[in-house]
Amino acid sequence: MAELIAARGISKAFPGVRALDQVDFVLQPGEVHALVGENGAGKSTLIKILMGVYRRDSGTLSVKGQDIQDFSPQAAQSSGMAAVYQDISLARSLTVGENFFLGHMPKTGWGTIDWALAYDQCGKLLRGLGLDDIDPRATLSSLSVAKQEMVAIAKPVFENADILVFDEPTALLANEETEILFSIIRRLRSEGKGIIYISHRMEEIFAICDSVTVLKDGRHVRTMPVTDTNPDDLVRLMVGRSMEDMYTIRRSPLGEVALEVEGLTREPRFRDIGFDVRHGEIVGLFGLVGSGRTEIMRAIFGADPIERGEIRLDGKPVRFTHPSQAIAAGIGFMSEDRKNQSIALPLSVRTNINLANYPAISPFGVVNQTAEREAARTYIDRLAIKTPSDTVAIRNLSGGNQQKAVLGKNLASNSRILVCDEPTIGVDVGAKSEIYKIFEQLTEEGVAILLVSSYLPEIMGLADRILVIYEGRQMGIVERSEFDEERLVRLASGLQA
Amino acid sequence: MANIVKTKPRQGITVLGKYTIGTSTTLMAIVVILFVFLSSTSSVFATPENLSNLLRQTSINGIIALGMLMVIITAGIDLSVGAIVAIAGIVNALLMQAGMSMWVSMPLTLVIGAAIGVFNGILIHEVSITPFIATLGTLTIVRGIVMIMSGARMVANLPKEFGQIASGDIFGIPSMFIIWMVLFVATLFLLNYTQLGRNFFIIGSSKEVARLSGIRLRPNMYAVYGLSSLYAALAGILLSSRLSMGVPTAGISYELDAIAAVVIGGGSLFGAAGSAIGAVLGAIIMQTIRNGGNLLGIDPFALQVIIGALILIAVGVDQLRMRKAEKG
Ligand SMILES: Nc1ncnc2c1ncn2[C@@H]1O[C@H](COP(=O)(O)OP(=O)(O)OP(=O)(O)O)[C@@H](O)[C@H]1O
Ligand SMILES: [Mg+2]
Repeated sequence: MAELIAARGISKAFPGVRALDQVDFVLQPGEVHALVGENGAGKSTLIKILMGVYRRDSGTLSVKGQDIQDFSPQAAQSSGMAAVYQDISLARSLTVGENFFLGHMPKTGWGTIDWALAYDQCGKLLRGLGLDDIDPRATLSSLSVAKQEMVAIAKPVFENADILVFDEPTALLANEETEILFSIIRRLRSEGKGIIYISHRMEEIFAICDSVTVLKDGRHVRTMPVTDTNPDDLVRLMVGRSMEDMYTIRRSPLGEVALEVEGLTREPRFRDIGFDVRHGEIVGLFGLVGSGRTEIMRAIFGADPIERGEIRLDGKPVRFTHPSQAIAAGIGFMSEDRKNQSIALPLSVRTNINLANYPAISPFGVVNQTAEREAARTYIDRLAIKTPSDTVAIRNLSGGNQQKAVLGKNLASNSRILVCDEPTIGVDVGAKSEIYKIFEQLTEEGVAILLVSSYLPEIMGLADRILVIYEGRQMGIVERSEFDEERLVRLASGLQA
Repeated sequence: MANIVKTKPRQGITVLGKYTIGTSTTLMAIVVILFVFLSSTSSVFATPENLSNLLRQTSINGIIALGMLMVIITAGIDLSVGAIVAIAGIVNALLMQAGMSMWVSMPLTLVIGAAIGVFNGILIHEVSITPFIATLGTLTIVRGIVMIMSGARMVANLPKEFGQIASGDIFGIPSMFIIWMVLFVATLFLLNYTQLGRNFFIIGSSKEVARLSGIRLRPNMYAVYGLSSLYAALAGILLSSRLSMGVPTAGISYELDAIAAVVIGGGSLFGAAGSAIGAVLGAIIMQTIRNGGNLLGIDPFALQVIIGALILIAVGVDQLRMRKAEKG
């Protein structure tokens, strides 16, 4: 059968950036095609051109054998294409069902919306996909980020699209949900649909994809069957060097207790959480999505109120009622929800890096512009943030580069305790290992790090100890010498190891 | 509700508070074209009397627009400014009539004005009423209070020297204009160089992001609505000085003129976009068209149509350009 998508010689430039340069891309029916490359390599730009979101500068595109001159998202949708973008782009104040039907709600004989039917259909599909726990009547914003992502993933299946694009779908998912996603993808493939799959996680590429296309700096490097390559070679093609042992970091000698939590409770989210983090130590917090990890972090940071319990910093009890107090006390917080909680999208990269830093660099309320520029330059260099200049609005950066800027924001405010919720979401392998090196450096300087990650290789590689949470309950603290994948997963599912 | 009037930010790339060359040069060019056109078609336009009259007229709206700008940058709106113009004029006039020196009555009036703004801030931050509704309520209440206080009558017979504030010149330049320019520089400084200004932009882009970045919303929301009302109260004092009396119906629909000036100048009701120079140029353009139209004998109602169209064109052209730029 003919190709679903055939794109040749696609080029695209943004002010100051050559995002794509003569890229070829072909998608066959019944194929799961991986698109890989560093942050800013042009992956998202390519699919946005395929989907009619951006206009290409040059090149030819045909979809299902038809030449496409000028494409719009609507035209793409009606030719059976659907994409799940890196940043969830659903209507947060609408229900799951409304998001499914968006603008095409089923009607009753009276011409009014048939709500019962809509929710019925929606619920049926969700159950069919193994997503029984998502209520079609729930408002999207009331769901966890992972559940929102699953809704976004289910939507194109519901629309019965036959070309599906997933841009880093697993960044926010736990193992269990990733498995559901994979089974959905396998089913779609067996139905002869074409799937484009973008991810920074090599094992996923090898688990689910048939072929892989590598982009580097906007150029097409190679397309090949997955069976012709291996993770090391693929990384070398992407980054230009090999990456061994990226999760192994140097352990620092531990200092005094920096952060101590006792009996921390906020019903119904979590209860009786107690642990400590020493200077120079990385403590992991592992649990399924929705287990209360994020809520615990937010409570420590003063973003949410707590009911009971005590938090001590360097032995002194503290009680934060506002994040500003936590920041002043030297705590930095990286939220998992970048778009809604971490960055100011319309503002410049420079402002974003300094977001939590202004009180420190504004004597008498007047911003020290030199210090502001300096901080931005330092972290753009140190984290290799790819941006034409620091005055560009941060929404124009690729997802991974935005994430690096968020890390820069927390480093710029000189945190002594760093609370990180999924700090490497959407970050490429090269940058990931950079970030791990920075963690290594920070622990050497005595910074205490509290790390939430649902990605086992990461948390097992970095943490000195791992605290496992299940449904808001503390299942145990596992020492590094006893790290074991199976044991952690069992604990996180509520089973005693 | 306020969503109806929201548009996307005007520039593709918004550099914090600073202007992309595109929009400000366009506005400058419009001002120059207007001045050249009007000087050549009307013999009166370029006379010193008319120009200083024009500057005085613009100053009132221009001052209110600077306050409105800050509110709009925080993704808010302040509909109460016109009513505050009225109450400031009346309160100040009544105080002077009761024998108070204007050097006491004016600061007192400014404090009262700012207090009304803080009241707006309380409604919005503590009670979580959307800015549109909160300031609409305040507008209505304040208008009522003005009528009760003044008995719906003008307050005249004010001290002579009070009238001289607005009519006076400093080195041949209308003092009202100088006051406006001082406020312009202060606002520009506040927005571009202070932590408070950064806070306004960050809050305008997302309140949750601002909070998690350690910005306390309460003082910032009080400050921005307080400043907006403070500017409006100052404008009210100047207007009543210009008229030499307190007028209970003063300032009607001034809030809309101020919003228009901000939006023509590149502000966005989505927040986090806009600049002081833009608001100043926006106010000048609007008033120049009004003034020039009168001189050319254009029907004032037709002028209204023209100004309305101008707002739509200014924002519309930019939106289309933005949409094109987004698609690349
Ligand atoms: N709307 C835009 N305006 C300006 N520059 C843009 C825009 N979108 C993307 N870019 C730039 O184009 C380049 C490619 O970005 P793209 O988002 O395609 O990267 P990516 O491969 O998806 O990276 P990531 O893995 O971080 O998601 C980047 O340098 C980015 O800064
Ligand atoms: Mg991307």
